[in-house]
Amino acid sequence: MITLIKSGTLVDPVKGIVEKADLIIEDEKITGIFPPGAFKEKGAQITIVDAANRLIIPGLIDMHVHLREPGYEYKETIASGSRAAVAGGFTALACMPNTLPPNDCRSVTEFILEQGRKAGLAIVFPIAAITKGQKGEVLTEFGDIREAGAVAVSDDGFSVRNSELMRRALEYADFHGLKVISHCEDPSLSDGGVMHEGVVSTRIGLPGIPSACEEIMVYREISLSKLTGCPVHIAHVSTEGSVELIRRAKEKGLKVTAETAPHYFTLDHSAVVGYDTNAKVNPPLRTRRDVEAIRKGLAEGVIDVIATDHAPHNALQKEVEFDQAASGMIGLETALPLTLELVRDGVLGLPEAVGKLSCNAGLILGTGGGTLKEGDYADLAIVDPQYEYTLRKEAIVSKSWNTPFIGKTLKGKNEITMIKGKVVFPFKTSEP
Amino acid sequence: MGKFDHKDLLGIGQLSVEDISLILDTAESLKEISTRDIKKVPALRGKSVVNFFYEPSTRTRISFEMAAKRLSADTVSISASGSSLVKGETLKDTARNLQAMNPDIIVLRHSSSGAPHLLAMEVSAGVINAGDGINEHPTQALLDMFTIRERKGRLHDLDVAIIGDISHSRVARSNILGLTKMGARVTVSGPPTMMPVEIEALGATLVSDPVKALKDKDVIMMLRIQLERQNKTLFPTLREYSSFFGLTMRLVREARGDVIIMHPGPLNRGVEITSEVADSPYSVILDQVTNGVAVRMALLYLLIGGSKGDNAD
Repeated sequence: MITLIKSGTLVDPVKGIVEKADLIIEDEKITGIFPPGAFKEKGAQITIVDAANRLIIPGLIDMHVHLREPGYEYKETIASGSRAAVAGGFTALACMPNTLPPNDCRSVTEFILEQGRKAGLAIVFPIAAITKGQKGEVLTEFGDIREAGAVAVSDDGFSVRNSELMRRALEYADFHGLKVISHCEDPSLSDGGVMHEGVVSTRIGLPGIPSACEEIMVYREISLSKLTGCPVHIAHVSTEGSVELIRRAKEKGLKVTAETAPHYFTLDHSAVVGYDTNAKVNPPLRTRRDVEAIRKGLAEGVIDVIATDHAPHNALQKEVEFDQAASGMIGLETALPLTLELVRDGVLGLPEAVGKLSCNAGLILGTGGGTLKEGDYADLAIVDPQYEYTLRKEAIVSKSWNTPFIGKTLKGKNEITMIKGKVVFPFKTSEP
Repeated sequence: MGKFDHKDLLGIGQLSVEDISLILDTAESLKEISTRDIKKVPALRGKSVVNFFYEPSTRTRISFEMAAKRLSADTVSISASGSSLVKGETLKDTARNLQAMNPDIIVLRHSSSGAPHLLAMEVSAGVINAGDGINEHPTQALLDMFTIRERKGRLHDLDVAIIGDISHSRVARSNILGLTKMGARVTVSGPPTMMPVEIEALGATLVSDPVKALKDKDVIMMLRIQLERQNKTLFPTLREYSSFFGLTMRLVREARGDVIIMHPGPLNRGVEITSEVADSPYSVILDQVTNGVAVRMALLYLLIGGSKGDNAD
């Protein structure tokens, strides 16, 4: 089977180019990239996809999502999360281990892989826990987990409190070829806090979480990376100080990589005014100044990856008192338009923006992907960058709708997602 | 009489200068009822007020009950320990159930900042915030402003010092917002461990040294120290706290000669205030309690009267 994607604008983050091109897909792979019109269609078996005024981008890779299965299937399942992913242009996901039970052993890792295969949409890469039960006491069996198919380890949701244990985790994970992803939060400084500590928390009377809470741990992880010579990846960077620390670490040549989430470069703490629990997230939304620093960090390459930290919660956790509400927001279906906003604002070039949503994560996790060259699997998305729409709760594919972007106008929409040459979005039939 | 165009009272922030003046004027005219032989008028006959106290409170709850009863409203009081909240019902569900019984006003005291805002979105009854977390305690600020105005004849151009644990004080937050709105100058002072960041953005001036903070003040408002905070990280001992921030007669002399001393209660005698000061002629602490009933009568009257047409003769 041959597919011709015609007259589109190809965005190649690896080469850093944007060019008009026709793309030929044979079976699972990209077999040809031609200047517009150069490919001569012969024979009638070619499926033609008109991509005029559309961007053709590599399938996006989200290295930080919560799929909630096993244990919290009422919030999201691997299947529903995969549907949300392909709707948003993602073709691969790495899911965090804070499920019930947590993914801290081979059997849970295998279960997640199996559920991912059954869903048959985005490729699901499990991230296993650093410590048994994410309790911060004993390392999990990195070797076994790696063999089972985990791509990284993280105790996301918590920092590993014990610095000696974190040091050993870095050393041991490196030996097994697993990346360590650190959620940076000094729990003694965040205790009781529910939003960023700043003028808004003072104004609306909510206990705050200072920026230092994150930065102290970012510095610790950088120090441990330096001590051990092992890589570390910093999850969801939210503060100016963290960007500065990571910048300096990179300048010294340390093996530190970092990600941020679209909400940290889009929203500030004023989104919490009115006690909107959909704006409650951990780390919290910070100040305008932090938002600017995150944008600058992205522009200057200090922050390598945009990951969503897609964190579905249902009404039971969100339609409650602010301090009792769960932290987190969904992100798979809004990441692309919010990142394209950075391009329109001149923060990032189009290839850089797409790279931060795709191949950069593939490089860090060692999974590859996120590229569009001859011979690659045809994992890609076709995007209308001009399409403007208001996000409606009813249109959300994820099982949960906890996002402060409902009712907001977004620009840029994924129209078609292909995985291995097969169209997986739009969905063919209404599935259960 | 002016128009009070609010469904709820969630915070001082929502009120205009005219609103506050109207509440205080109304309270002034209703205050006399509490001094009569028969302390009851029929203004809110047939109306019902639910006092929903999710956090322990004696003074505020009784004050609201008395206020409602003196206006002939029917009152029901619920506390968390005796309600479905301990059975795991959410605030939203409790709100819907209360609403199903058609009350006119729900008075809510809650340990979570923003809880009354959540309730107000769920119910068509008016909601009065009787203290939410560390956010606001608007009726306390209104009764404080009433008391100051009664004593000083005005609010504008007065110098007020608020001393103590500003971080965890909803009383401080509401008073800063209200007093500055009415033209008073507010100085806050307290240990830096209990001072919220960027407090001056609310309109107050920060003076760390309590002696300097009290200088030439017309009003001193002391905040209650929550005893359970001792031995945590905020201050080492009550003894040390009281020696630096407790109000003594020596400190009172820093203020103007006709200073009045206020406290939202309950008092920790010998901690944030000495008995000598609390029982001195400067103290208006019990006036605050008396005025609390009048101010709450005024609010109930304005909120119910304002939304449900005028049937008070």
